[in-house]
Amino acid sequence: MAGTAGKALNLKLKVWRQAGPDKEGRFVEYEARNISSDASFLEMLDVINVDLVKSGQEPIEFDHDCREGICGSCSMVINGSPHGPDRGTATCQLHMRRFRDGETIVIEPFRAKAFPIVKDLAVDRSAFDRIMQVGGFISVNTGNAPDANSLPVPKENADMAFAAATCIGCGACVAACKNASASLFVSAKLAHLALLPQGQAEREQRTLSMVAQMDEEGFGACTNTGACSAACPKEIDLENIARMNRDYFKASLRERSEKS
Amino acid sequence: MSVKLDANIPEGPIEQKWDKHRFSMKLVNPANKRKYQVIVVGTGLAGASASASLAELGYNVKTFCIHDSPRRAHSIAAQGGINAAKNYPNDGDSIYRLFYDTVKGGDFRAREANVYRLAQISNLIIDQCVAQGVPFAREYGGLLDNRSFGGAQVSRTFYARGQTGQQLLLGAYSAMMRQVGLGKVKLFPRREMLDLVLVDGKARGITVRNLTTGEIESHAADAVVLATGGYGNVYFLSTNAMKSNVTAAWRCHKKGAFFANPCFTQIHPTCIPRSGDYQSKLTLMSESLRNDGRVWVPKNKGDARPPQQIPEEDRDYYLERVYPSFGNLVPRDVASRQAKFRVDEGRGVGPTEEAVYLDFGDSIRRLGQKAIEAKYGNLFQMYEKITGENPYEVPMRIFPAVHYTMGGLWVDYNLQSSVPGLHVLGEANFSDHGANRLGASALMQGLADGYFIIPYTLGNYLAGQDLVKVDESHQAFKDSQQEVRAKTDKFFSIQGSKSVDEFHRELGQLMWNFVGMSRNAHGLEEVQNRIAGVREEFWQNLKMTGQRDYRNDELEKAGRVADFLEMGELMAKDALERRESCGGHFREEYQTPENEALRDDDKFCHVAAYEYQSQDSHKMAWQRHQEELSFEYVKLTTRSYK
Repeated sequence: MAGTAGKALNLKLKVWRQAGPDKEGRFVEYEARNISSDASFLEMLDVINVDLVKSGQEPIEFDHDCREGICGSCSMVINGSPHGPDRGTATCQLHMRRFRDGETIVIEPFRAKAFPIVKDLAVDRSAFDRIMQVGGFISVNTGNAPDANSLPVPKENADMAFAAATCIGCGACVAACKNASASLFVSAKLAHLALLPQGQAEREQRTLSMVAQMDEEGFGACTNTGACSAACPKEIDLENIARMNRDYFKASLRERSEKS
Repeated sequence: MSVKLDANIPEGPIEQKWDKHRFSMKLVNPANKRKYQVIVVGTGLAGASASASLAELGYNVKTFCIHDSPRRAHSIAAQGGINAAKNYPNDGDSIYRLFYDTVKGGDFRAREANVYRLAQISNLIIDQCVAQGVPFAREYGGLLDNRSFGGAQVSRTFYARGQTGQQLLLGAYSAMMRQVGLGKVKLFPRREMLDLVLVDGKARGITVRNLTTGEIESHAADAVVLATGGYGNVYFLSTNAMKSNVTAAWRCHKKGAFFANPCFTQIHPTCIPRSGDYQSKLTLMSESLRNDGRVWVPKNKGDARPPQQIPEEDRDYYLERVYPSFGNLVPRDVASRQAKFRVDEGRGVGPTEEAVYLDFGDSIRRLGQKAIEAKYGNLFQMYEKITGENPYEVPMRIFPAVHYTMGGLWVDYNLQSSVPGLHVLGEANFSDHGANRLGASALMQGLADGYFIIPYTLGNYLAGQDLVKVDESHQAFKDSQQEVRAKTDKFFSIQGSKSVDEFHRELGQLMWNFVGMSRNAHGLEEVQNRIAGVREEFWQNLKMTGQRDYRNDELEKAGRVADFLEMGELMAKDALERRESCGGHFREEYQTPENEALRDDDKFCHVAAYEYQSQDSHKMAWQRHQEELSFEYVKLTTRSYK
């Protein structure tokens, strides 16, 4: 199909509309006509929104920004899957050629107690930032750093740290989990730093603080079903959760023995 | 020449200027730093690194961003890498060479002193980022890997696969979040700056809209640091994120901050071509692809064969042909222009015939598909997701797209704008890239400004001021709030029939056609009137729905597009007045016989800085000032990549 122009699709949408966090929400049906199969999913929503505005209605609110799958803004559940049907793909990278002419598409916000709905498909994910601020860093003030090559890092560790660090903080892992657990997000953040020599000094405290904040925010417990990793647009590996659990166990034992 | 434009460049030999300046600048003693309140607007690389570094020093920082989380600023999308003069590969790099390449790459329209400082600081940035845990690519021995990038013949680019921007931003974000946890940075997400508040002619605060609740808020401070990025979205279609905008900078401009070189925009050569009218943005692929990909078009017009069936002898590898020494690695402006020439000749490819091929066939045969996958896997995947084509088998189709703006608010050597107390960092200022930015230099500049320049120069400003106490009850804040509210009410009162996006598309089309990759006097004159026409219609026929006092994306967009409709006119005006070609600014009337940019160093070796004057309903007015540039170290020569 080298460079062929897309074909036109007609679709039925069922979109969750909710005016605010304390308002009641409901599904509203829309017709999406003459949508190019080369358009992205969000461009399809743009087209619907222009029509809504021109007919004096409120457009569908959704979070989006880079539209390149890296900022982690987009956050909707499409036909039951966070970010839709494609593996390793954020909503903004999903294209309409994935859908059949005449299909009905159900679009909902991420649903989790810790992610209250702001409006329509947009949710408040500031809980993630609060988890980061209690430990998701290496404490090094500007100007303190030694030469970058003074600390070799085995390539394998560097690559694994990178793989964990590719998390875009979208929250799909939470939306996919039946318990609304944030374990994949938190463990990816922990693993990124725990796999690097620079991260060792604060490793235990970091683990204890971030896990405590995760619980505080109202995320559920992890039961290792792996739905998070399957929904993750960056395909963050489940083994990070095992790493987090092991580190947490070690750190909490030491904390207890120090207290006793 | 205006007396107002003193760049405050320190005396002395170029390699000593920054050191001497750091010594001569005033300091704020540690106990006094905690008495100061600083506002930082924006949380990309420049804003996050500035927030973290200023808070570490002891200042009280209030940081604002339009996103729900500061991790989402568009620095996150930078792919290719960050330059530094470490010379780890031992291939002849040095601070001087990075300085030289950057001045030359910018086609001699940047300040030498700023660029030299940037090159000096580049090495510290890499050290800082590694200490923060940024997972740069490494060799098997555990040391850092480097690669080459356009406009350079050494390998000085540090990278983290195809997402260097995200990894650097997460580093700066984590440093800032640490300060949030410590209470030194107070974070205000989902706030949009809508006005700069001046007291006694100095920047003393901002007016913002809370994008969730709709509330208009005032925030006072002793100084304001603006790090709100570039204005590429004036073209509607660009590689910028959807929310990237000029509003904060533009409102500062209208409060007295000069806008410098607005016509200097960068069109990036390796983007995915547009496919239809519904298109909301364009997607860039790192120019690092040009390390292993070869750019070509068919030799003959109208050759409709699929690319695999076009034999070698019928292909024109035009960059290798025209620029034998740099080949596919010429700077961005040159590569983009050459692609345009080929399309204009009728040799463009793909369904729209507005594309050229980027072909990895040779590299895959030479290195194997695995090696190409390891280097560019995520870019290939992205290409396939968007186009539905497999670039391992079929050459990519690419076309230039608006990507970066070298112009921005005018700043002196201390990064202070023409408004005392307003400092501008990163892409939002104009300072270091001249008329064309080299690849992997944006991340370098954003972090240099935030980590290593503003922490010194802001202290110098504060220590030299006798600031009266000002809080949000000051009349200036009330006036500003009223002005902002009036504008918001206006959007709702028009009750026309066209959506914001429709106006934005119209503007973008005009900008691309007349102020894009190639410009001429006739078009630039005409387009100013046409932009004014769209602006006039906007204020008479805009359709606004939704609530004023709660989240409303349409309202946000309306404010941004209203400012783009003014900005666009200034860009056209500047492009018209700069009667030469340089870097990304290509005036058809000024070119060499070989179609290269023809500078006029006698008349235009200067920064053009515009002072906003007035506006009636139709016409806007600016005064043009000049800051002369002198080149003492890098000789003014015609840039050649042959």
